[in-house]
Amino acid sequence: MSTALVAALIGLADDHLILGHRLSEWCGHAPMLEEDLAMPNIALDLIGQARGLYTYAGELEGAGRDEDTLAFGRLERAYRNLLICELPNGDFAQTMLRQFYFATFMHLFWQKVECSTDTTLAAIAAKAVKEAQYHRRHCAEWVIRLGDGTDESAVRMHEAVTLLAPYTGEFFIADPEAGGAVAAGVLPQIQTLQPAWQADVEQVFAAAKLALPQAVYAQKGGRRGLHTEAMGHLLAQLQFMQRSFPDMTW
Amino acid sequence: MYSQGLIGSGEQTTETPEFLAAFQARIDADEKIEPNDPMPAAYRNTLIRQIGQHAHSEIVGMLPEGNWITRAPTLRRKAALLAKVQDEGGHGLYLYSAAETLGVSRKQMTEELVSGKAKYSSIFNYPTQTWADIGAIGWLVDGAAIMNQVPLCRCSYGPYARAMIRVCKEESFHQRQGYEIMLKLAEGSPAQKEMAQDALNRWWWPSLMMFGPPDGESEHSDQSTRWKIKRFTNDELRQKFVDATVPQAQRLGLSLPDPALAWNEVEGRYDYGEIDWDEFWAVVKGHGPLNKARVAARKKAWEEGAWVREAALAHAKKRAARHTAAIAAE
Repeated sequence: MSTALVAALIGLADDHLILGHRLSEWCGHAPMLEEDLAMPNIALDLIGQARGLYTYAGELEGAGRDEDTLAFGRLERAYRNLLICELPNGDFAQTMLRQFYFATFMHLFWQKVECSTDTTLAAIAAKAVKEAQYHRRHCAEWVIRLGDGTDESAVRMHEAVTLLAPYTGEFFIADPEAGGAVAAGVLPQIQTLQPAWQADVEQVFAAAKLALPQAVYAQKGGRRGLHTEAMGHLLAQLQFMQRSFPDMTW
Repeated sequence: MYSQGLIGSGEQTTETPEFLAAFQARIDADEKIEPNDPMPAAYRNTLIRQIGQHAHSEIVGMLPEGNWITRAPTLRRKAALLAKVQDEGGHGLYLYSAAETLGVSRKQMTEELVSGKAKYSSIFNYPTQTWADIGAIGWLVDGAAIMNQVPLCRCSYGPYARAMIRVCKEESFHQRQGYEIMLKLAEGSPAQKEMAQDALNRWWWPSLMMFGPPDGESEHSDQSTRWKIKRFTNDELRQKFVDATVPQAQRLGLSLPDPALAWNEVEGRYDYGEIDWDEFWAVVKGHGPLNKARVAARKKAWEEGAWVREAALAHAKKRAARHTAAIAAE
């Protein structure tokens, strides 16, 4: 189970690192100063969660890989993040809707992991659940403001809903690596999170006067290292220093 | 810093001598001036300009450092840099709020920045080319900022002085963090040490320029000093910075790019070489390597974000109207 759990934790950590990377791209370029603070703040939480998960995965694996080796030292096909995390930011509507989807999902996920039979993971979850709840609230407020704001913002929000629709299904596809960990009560069965996620999204969309997306074919493959073309460029930035100056202390 | 752009504004006061004398008496008694207190128009305008420029410097300063967030070498460094840049944004927010107590809006100040009219610290018009630049900025630029800002904690204008207290605590943390980045590089491989030396070579002189023109050429110093907005002259602060920084560079084993730098036994301070004031004035006047790119980046964010701000306002109005209607229906 340990090898499978390591892979599952690395996938989860990758979600947080890659989405944190995307969110941090907004720093200094946000629509208002408050969001120039809020988005890096959320990114910082995501990077913090990634660090905890990578470190624990490295310890379980026992092969000497630390958080930085895992974060920076792999080739694209070895990254196992959900595709939604790596999509380019698009406009502020797309960024906020993606973050709302992710935070809603992670809030439910961490609530379950708080009761994990693995005490280290339960401890990571106890901190992360509060952060995810805050992220969810912040982003839900923006989804509502933009959905029920001006004509332009409603159009942009609608476009964001359409654009992201193919990428939400992957949240609830069981990680092929995680089976043993789920059976042992270490990780939750993610399919069971879907009804609560859907209900939360519907509630926020109703307040935002947004129509729910049509059921579309779900894009998937992130958990198997099958990425979009945007991923390689993201990694070129992320890994630049470690690739240019390998094996140094910073 | 950040007061270096206060050049050539030529404020005149029109108040009666009695009013000005009574105001000066409050300043001399070390009383804090608060937003609703009577104050000379020139005092108000000087502060609006200085605090506005200070705020803009924090905001524009997010760009050169933000340039390395996605490329930071480790997760620890990435997290620290994100937190630091976020702090700078927070300083901008306090400072805009402090300026707003003087009767100017953040929107007005932002429009002045994106139109290219407002000034900000010249240092942020230089590019961050390597990771070591992030260390050099924390160590030197934040170090220079601290020299300037610690005396501002005793500035006569209450809201500015109080904002500076928190800002200085955070800047001091940033400075240590920057120095620690440099220390790791200096102790590292030859390539890392070379990167650190190169960054120091490029950032040293622009850091000295942050204190503004030499005392003889600084038009606003006298009045600002009498009003206790400014406590030390540009050259005094620059000297303090040099004296504090030279031993830090020695500890790193790096050399400062100034052949004239030498300890002056008689004066008990370091002598340093002539600053390239032509370069300074060129950058202040908009001809630095990145002046246009910095303003363009802020303008782009402001213009492309307009629909978001409009939507937030429209939504707030709708909500208020619904709330009023609900109360009326009860």
